[in-house]
Amino acid sequence: MMDFSLTDDRRMLADTLTRWLADEYPIEHRNSVAYDAPYHDAKKWADMTELGAVLALAEERVGGFGGSGFDISVVFEALGRALCPEPVLGALLASRLLAHAGADQEGLLDGSVRYAVAVSEPDAPYDTESLSCTATAAGDGYALSGRKTCVYGGNDADVFLIAARVNGALGVFSVQANDASVVAYGMMDGGGAAELLLDATPATLFIENAEAAVEAAENAGIVALCAEAVGAMSVVHDTTLDYLRTRKQFGVPIAKFQVLQHRAVDMLTEIEQARSIVIKAASELDRPEATRFASMAKHLIGRAARLVAEEAIQMHGGIAMTWEYPISHYAKRLVMLDAQLGDTDEHLARLSAGYSA
Amino acid sequence: MDLSFSKDELAFQSDVRDWLADTLPDDIRAATRAGDGLTKEMMERWHALLNAQGWLATTWPVKFGGPGWSPVQRHIFEEECCRAYAPRIVPFGLSMLGPVLQAFGSKEQQDEILPRILDGTDWWCQGYSEPGAGSDLASLKTRADRDGDHYVINGQKTWTTLGQYANKIFCLVRTDTGAKAQEGISFVLVDLDTPGIEMRPIRLIEGGHEVNEVFFTDVRVPVSNLVGEENKGWTIAKYLLTHERTGIAGVGFSMQALEEVKALARRMKRGGKPLIADPLFAARVARVEVDLEAMKITNLRMLFKAQQQGAPGPETSILKIKGTVIGQELRDLARRALGPMAAPFPGHISDGNILFGPPDTAHNAARYFNNRKTSIFGGSNEIQRNILTKTMLEL
Repeated sequence: MMDFSLTDDRRMLADTLTRWLADEYPIEHRNSVAYDAPYHDAKKWADMTELGAVLALAEERVGGFGGSGFDISVVFEALGRALCPEPVLGALLASRLLAHAGADQEGLLDGSVRYAVAVSEPDAPYDTESLSCTATAAGDGYALSGRKTCVYGGNDADVFLIAARVNGALGVFSVQANDASVVAYGMMDGGGAAELLLDATPATLFIENAEAAVEAAENAGIVALCAEAVGAMSVVHDTTLDYLRTRKQFGVPIAKFQVLQHRAVDMLTEIEQARSIVIKAASELDRPEATRFASMAKHLIGRAARLVAEEAIQMHGGIAMTWEYPISHYAKRLVMLDAQLGDTDEHLARLSAGYSA
Repeated sequence: MDLSFSKDELAFQSDVRDWLADTLPDDIRAATRAGDGLTKEMMERWHALLNAQGWLATTWPVKFGGPGWSPVQRHIFEEECCRAYAPRIVPFGLSMLGPVLQAFGSKEQQDEILPRILDGTDWWCQGYSEPGAGSDLASLKTRADRDGDHYVINGQKTWTTLGQYANKIFCLVRTDTGAKAQEGISFVLVDLDTPGIEMRPIRLIEGGHEVNEVFFTDVRVPVSNLVGEENKGWTIAKYLLTHERTGIAGVGFSMQALEEVKALARRMKRGGKPLIADPLFAARVARVEVDLEAMKITNLRMLFKAQQQGAPGPETSILKIKGTVIGQELRDLARRALGPMAAPFPGHISDGNILFGPPDTAHNAARYFNNRKTSIFGGSNEIQRNILTKTMLEL
């Protein structure tokens, strides 16, 4: 039966996580950790995983207590509201791949082992068909060669799950961080990532013929990113409205100007539409049309998030251009998350191609 | 969180679908699909078929002859009607005046007028807008002066949709010219046969006749035709506008339009390939499809809220803004898919049997131009933004 309210369990999870983030991860603290190595707060990561933020992303059969699209969206919307830079997305993607492989993920779920998932390459950020990173058999295992780029969370990961060609097909391999050459960096929008330089790096084959497994994991990741954007967008919108009410020019609050009112309404409309498409993508996750609806969500979020970010900066008139004002950091995240797991054009192209498939 | 219909709702959906398949006459279906205007007879015939089934006044409570449906059932019914190419209900009596009389009318008015709306005896039209009062409706000037037990009405109404078929009109008139704008307005029912009324057609951008101007010169109307209290008509006007907004997202119509665009683009050729394989065109279609898919959920979310709260809230303005723009974009795509074949002017083609574009193709240039109205009527999209500014953003 149609019901758009959250179940009690998810409501509780959302409340707990939101409260914890508000208390423990205020924007000042976030900014103090998000832009300097290790680009997150390892102590908070431990507390947050203890709270169940990662357990909620995995199904019971693999040791979690959630794992549905709506569990993912609830967690990531809360993370987005707080602009939390912890590498939860990597944990989600890895959890999906580990589940597919039937591998143990106790360390992932309790937060003691940090995973990062490496797919993008310098000349192929989104598309697994163009990957050139290659695995060759070596002794009992494999040796990986190639370069992985912008591996989110890779700056402080213990284990990498890496997509690479093996005998012409796609495989997922695991590599211990100690065995690889890792170049860490921080991102424009906060949080860390890494370049992974692989040169006959010892690897274990994890998933053979991994196209479907990678696609399914990325669909879950897309739901997460989109929900994160919805959380961040609502904070940006609320803050912008407050600013319009308090900022005075020409002797009146600028909220009285219709040109700004209508633009604020258009932000609201796009955010509501974004929220709707995330609900749809979350409800379709792990179902036959998951990929199509994930693409729809990612495409729409890409448009909406950029609009909300750019309009918020413009309507704040200068102040949101400053590092000090929180909205500047939200705006960066909203714009840059488009570039993770396929941007708005990439997903539009995938949807378009579907018409003549 | 659950997006699916209940077992009962699914059963209802299949009942509606079966009934439409059995009952909707082929000529009415074809005319709706072609989009080139149904005759008065077709609309009346369709209303009569729905009325016989008890499904005509979908928003009315059971005691007035409605089916007593939930918002979700109404939504399902509307979607199924669109899917079957059933015509949209003529809303003026059923969706506008009916609910007003049920909320504000006297027992006598309810007993006399509501059955005549249901059985098609009366065709109502709307006398709201004036040449000088559009978005600023409260500035209307048509006046009704008291003379014994009559009002004497003078003035002009405009944009009166399908007034050419109507025998009655409900009007907003000024009964107190001294009061502040909103406070001197009354809601009055007028018989169009009354001496002093002249209805003139307005020819629209695409050539069609769907709206009219109505002129009132010393039109005498019994005071008993007043609905609610004198000078309290603005409350009624606002009530009516919220009812006008139900189903305003036009999701069902846009879903149908999207399928038409895709079908058209599969048959038209560009560069030796179907148009749908052209990345630029396909991307334009995909972009609207995504907006529509989100709109479906936004619509359901608001239905769910209306069902819980008992009435739709101000956030339905979002549906109006986004829904109309999606519909217009789809008409634009259909027109572009057809290229020059969208242009031949309906009514000016010497052999009416010749086809422009694939069979079942609507007059897409005409539809495109006609549909520009949707972001203007029912409270323009700019007025909807003003409403949202006040109610949702509280700026």
